[in-house]
Amino acid sequence: MKIHEYQAKEVLARYGVAVPANAGVAATPAEVRAAVEKLGGTGVVKAQVHSGGRGKAGGIKVAKSPEEAEQIAQDMLGMILKTHQVPQGIKVEKVLIEEPIAIIKEYYLGIVPDRDSQRDVIIVSAKGGMDIEAVAEEDPDAIARLPIDPLLGLTDFQLRQVCYDAKLDMSVVNKAVVFLRQLVNAYIGSDAVLAEINPLAVTEDGRVLAADAKFEIDDSAMYRHPEFAAYAEESEEDAIEAVAHKQDIAYVRLGGDVGIICNGAGLTMTTMDEVKRAGGHPANFLDVGGGAQADRVRNCLGIVLSDPNVKGVLINIFGGITRCDEVANGVIAATKSMDIKVPIVVRLAGTRAEEGAEILAQSKLIPAGTMQSAAAKIVELVAAAA
Amino acid sequence: MSILIDENTRVVVQGITGRDGGFHTLQMIEYGTKVVAGTTPGKGGQTAQGVPVYNTVREAVKETGANASVIFVPAKLNAGDAILEAVDSGIPLVICITEGVPNEDMIKVNAIIRQRGGVRLIGPNCPGLISPGKSKIGIIPGSIFTPGPVGLVSRSGTLTYEIADELTRAGLGQSSGVGIGGDPMIGTKFVDVLPMFEADPQTQVVVMVGEIGGSDEEAGAKYIKRMKKPVIGFISGRTAPPGKRMGHAGAIISGSTGTPQAKVAALEAAGVIVANTTQEIPELVRQAISRSGR
Repeated sequence: MKIHEYQAKEVLARYGVAVPANAGVAATPAEVRAAVEKLGGTGVVKAQVHSGGRGKAGGIKVAKSPEEAEQIAQDMLGMILKTHQVPQGIKVEKVLIEEPIAIIKEYYLGIVPDRDSQRDVIIVSAKGGMDIEAVAEEDPDAIARLPIDPLLGLTDFQLRQVCYDAKLDMSVVNKAVVFLRQLVNAYIGSDAVLAEINPLAVTEDGRVLAADAKFEIDDSAMYRHPEFAAYAEESEEDAIEAVAHKQDIAYVRLGGDVGIICNGAGLTMTTMDEVKRAGGHPANFLDVGGGAQADRVRNCLGIVLSDPNVKGVLINIFGGITRCDEVANGVIAATKSMDIKVPIVVRLAGTRAEEGAEILAQSKLIPAGTMQSAAAKIVELVAAAA
Repeated sequence: MSILIDENTRVVVQGITGRDGGFHTLQMIEYGTKVVAGTTPGKGGQTAQGVPVYNTVREAVKETGANASVIFVPAKLNAGDAILEAVDSGIPLVICITEGVPNEDMIKVNAIIRQRGGVRLIGPNCPGLISPGKSKIGIIPGSIFTPGPVGLVSRSGTLTYEIADELTRAGLGQSSGVGIGGDPMIGTKFVDVLPMFEADPQTQVVVMVGEIGGSDEEAGAKYIKRMKKPVIGFISGRTAPPGKRMGHAGAIISGSTGTPQAKVAALEAAGVIVANTTQEIPELVRQAISRSGR
């Protein structure tokens, strides 16, 4: 789960990580004006959207007076912020108001899990304030890494070493070590799977601060972090995805017109690939999970059909322990209770596939024998409807 | 022969009194798996599905000689701890079916397993494994597998079943099928399973089913270069957009890592024939077997 900058900074502050003073988030120009007044008359107004590159896109502005802050907020709140990461744009609902800081140096700090070594790895670079992937490509030596031994934890000498390796200024290494240790505590303590401080700012008055913060929490660990429950709502980036996730349905909206309902992540991805190969465009990824009972299929169909772009649906279920005849009856029961105006192609494979196909043949659903023929069929029907 | 499990494997089911644990215990017993014990803390002395239940894995091992464990303990009841209990009880093969074990827990569990040595963990978030006609551990449907020469290893569940079903219908049985799981921090990777198939006399050809995310396929490809047996590959998620997690926690293209293009290229460079569709796999397997002249 991605969380917003202001939420990440709340988490960081709880672990003692240095962040700029702020006057909280605001959703109206009046609130922004009041917040800047609270900060002493000047402030930075920062759009809270899930994307990097906000500054260049006009999502970060300095206000020299409460009046100016109100003006900035009037323009920024409600605007569609188009960044290089999200070119289609994201609506700005909230802004964070922070103290202005005089930055003399910008560094990069990150912590991510590394699958190959099966450890969390700290990444440090003196080249902060820019896209770390670009730095990695142009100047790989500018990036220093430190894997965290999960059984030993971290020692100070290791933390100093990674700062030396990254060629941070000698004068800030000790402060950076303290910062890093607290950042690791915040990362592990909140079950994060990404912590990125870019830039880590060294200020004129000698402070080392998280000027920006990007945090992602492990979805699997949410059960032991009730404190993040309130963040979950704001982490959703799509209205249909939000409804699906509330029903515990693994759904990702993809923008095409062929709805897909399938069981198992690998088979669902393969079905998407087949639709694309047949010349169509998947509207979504949806893993119905095990069993494919009527209620579950009905809920999933409801989600898929709530996307107005969907012109047809492909249901591809592998019946293993739940046999295909049971799945066929479940799918038919689900569709009978709904008012469906688009074609639905169903393909069942696995245990008692033939019996499943016979049951489908008695219904209004369109049966298909293979994944490939099912994809071709639904793509053809969707094209004909267009 | 086969790999990892056979008719002599003695299984303890951790979480046997839960809904899924109980259901799949019955399925395993019906298939012929020797399920010798179950555990649920506080329910020691009872029986479940005709199997004796113990409070601890240590006790189950002592009383029944179990040498493999399968974990159905829900993530919220600390499945990571259940893995460590099996490891601490001297079980050499641990299969964790549970989905949603936190990343941080698996980093610790894998570090402890590496430090101890002598333990193979499969999963978490995996369907388990099967040696057709001998034993199955986990949730794989036994009816779609049949004994034969194909070694099958995969990051996914139902996609593995789909491919096994197509192979079986084409008259191509399997030596063993291993679902290694869809999480980022799994205990067993392609590179661990491939040498087992290479050494197994029953296996004549390997089918490796990968997906987007991470670089386990690329690491596997490095080993395949040294293999004598032919390998057929398949990669799912070829049309998935970057930055979106496709169901599995591990199935995500982030930045330039985990792309299907890189995986297909690495596999092809290692001499793997990568199928474009699952349908092509049986024919490619048949050709590989006849080329290798067995």
